[in-house]
Amino acid sequence: MHIIESGNVAAANGVKLAKVQVIAAYPITPQTPLTEKLSEFVDAGEMDAQYIPVESEHSALSVCIAASSTGSRVFTATSANGLLYMNEQLHWAAGARLPIVMCVVNRGIGAPWTVWNDHQDAVSQRDTGWIQIYCCDHQQIIDTVLKAFYLAETVNVPVMVCYDGYILSHTYMPFEIPAQADVDKFLPPFKPDYALNPGQPANLNTVTLPDIRPDVRGNMAPGYMEIRHNLHTDMRDAIAVVADIDKKFAEVFGRNGNPYIEEYKCDDAEFVAICMGSLSYHLRDVVDILRKEGIPVGVMGLRLYRPFPDQAVRDALSARKGIIVFEKALSYGNQGALYADIKSALYCAENKPAVHNYILGLGGREIKTDHLVECLRNSCKQPKTIGDTPQWIGLKL
Amino acid sequence: MNKDIIEIRWHGRGGQGAITAAKIVANAAFVSGYGGVVMAPTFGTERRGAPVLTSLKISKQKIYDLSPITEPDMVVVLDHLIVKEVDVASGLKPGGLIVINSPKHPDDYNFEGMKVATADITSIASESGLPPGVVNTGIIGAFAKASDLIDIDTLARAIENEFKGKHPQRNAEAARITFDNTIVGG
Repeated sequence: MHIIESGNVAAANGVKLAKVQVIAAYPITPQTPLTEKLSEFVDAGEMDAQYIPVESEHSALSVCIAASSTGSRVFTATSANGLLYMNEQLHWAAGARLPIVMCVVNRGIGAPWTVWNDHQDAVSQRDTGWIQIYCCDHQQIIDTVLKAFYLAETVNVPVMVCYDGYILSHTYMPFEIPAQADVDKFLPPFKPDYALNPGQPANLNTVTLPDIRPDVRGNMAPGYMEIRHNLHTDMRDAIAVVADIDKKFAEVFGRNGNPYIEEYKCDDAEFVAICMGSLSYHLRDVVDILRKEGIPVGVMGLRLYRPFPDQAVRDALSARKGIIVFEKALSYGNQGALYADIKSALYCAENKPAVHNYILGLGGREIKTDHLVECLRNSCKQPKTIGDTPQWIGLKL
Repeated sequence: MNKDIIEIRWHGRGGQGAITAAKIVANAAFVSGYGGVVMAPTFGTERRGAPVLTSLKISKQKIYDLSPITEPDMVVVLDHLIVKEVDVASGLKPGGLIVINSPKHPDDYNFEGMKVATADITSIASESGLPPGVVNTGIIGAFAKASDLIDIDTLARAIENEFKGKHPQRNAEAARITFDNTIVGG
């Protein structure tokens, strides 16, 4: 069934269909309508879940960590400074290997305050050990929420489902709500390897010594460094799992098939624009305009940001003349974070395309189609890497 | 940018229901075969009573550009006093349509090169048995008559779906009566 609703409502419906058992969240713009919708579902008895209101984002994720440790399927959502307030618990959830799913409704971070969209919130939490997936429209939001639970519970790593604040969260568009029977066919109930149980009290994640040592049962247990290594290798292995789950989803629902990168007019493209989120769809119109001018350009939307699908990125980009990275986030004092990742992935490629970096749309600065056309056209005309200093679009100094 | 996209900008006051009106039209457009429908409220911090904007884009194909409308084909105004506060014709394409909830005649307005349609929805709404000030369903009737874009029956059904449990028939009736009483200028 198709409905026309906001991106936040798409996410809430995904959470409902996933039969989440515990929700803990604190409202923050532009995430608020998502958690409001979930509390309505729970209140109306449409969801058999505990909705736990809390006094802060730090507590929201703490509750999720506790609930997930008991073997429940749990969900939370936040934006911007709310995500930053969770920072300590983000690391904890990943280190504790809890399959929590969280929607990050991307918003710029303060100071100074902004409620509008960019990607600095999620990108700045890149190294917390969470999987990060970015969405371009409402169908991707609801589908990705469902896939995220499957993924998180398969690899025991928490997942952030990221989508643009306001641009997607508050915009209405048609999308299909999957049938519950199909979702049940796709997503099995959560069966944890281990769950806290009052009948069998246990300490979890206590002080771990630098070296390995026997556990209480006398078995040799990994030390801190082994635990970190395992998180990293499981994240790397998750790249293949993402594709497997995407395939399984397509078998049930008949859509998707681009787990890492969504391409548009890239088959014969000498130049490729690449970015994350809804901007990659906006750039499709820009590509259409430049194609009419005879410029062989395409656009790719990167869906999976962490773990970084470097092989897929290299395969998709290395034979091109120029790559143009558009970013709504910045590693201050260096360059765009995605730009650095893409250049790194291309370092060992035989043919190294020129790479350009544009920063745009910070704090909701309007992204105009004609600006995108002009910048992309210029970059296609000068296929040389022009230093690592990013260029800015729409800046009014 | 794209000629295949019909762009409609809605002007109302916070709390007046412009977003709901645009959403109803979006639903009716989708049912009528417009597969690409995008409705985006102004991205800001709305206050009750302050002028607000909503963008509605309608196309036969999926819409990829979600940026706000700058050059609308049509403008719908839920309160005629907004015309004094906001340049509602800003960016409107030459020959574009302005639909206003107003007791005045279209000829009383001077929008150079534009087509104006008016309906006294505030009066019509109370005739339909709606509480005073409910104009967001009536304006859909005026929009239907002036734009000739979507069938009034489809719109009335979309209104009834949206207002389940909140006087669906009276709201649909407000749209139908307004449809019959909308004056479309030259």
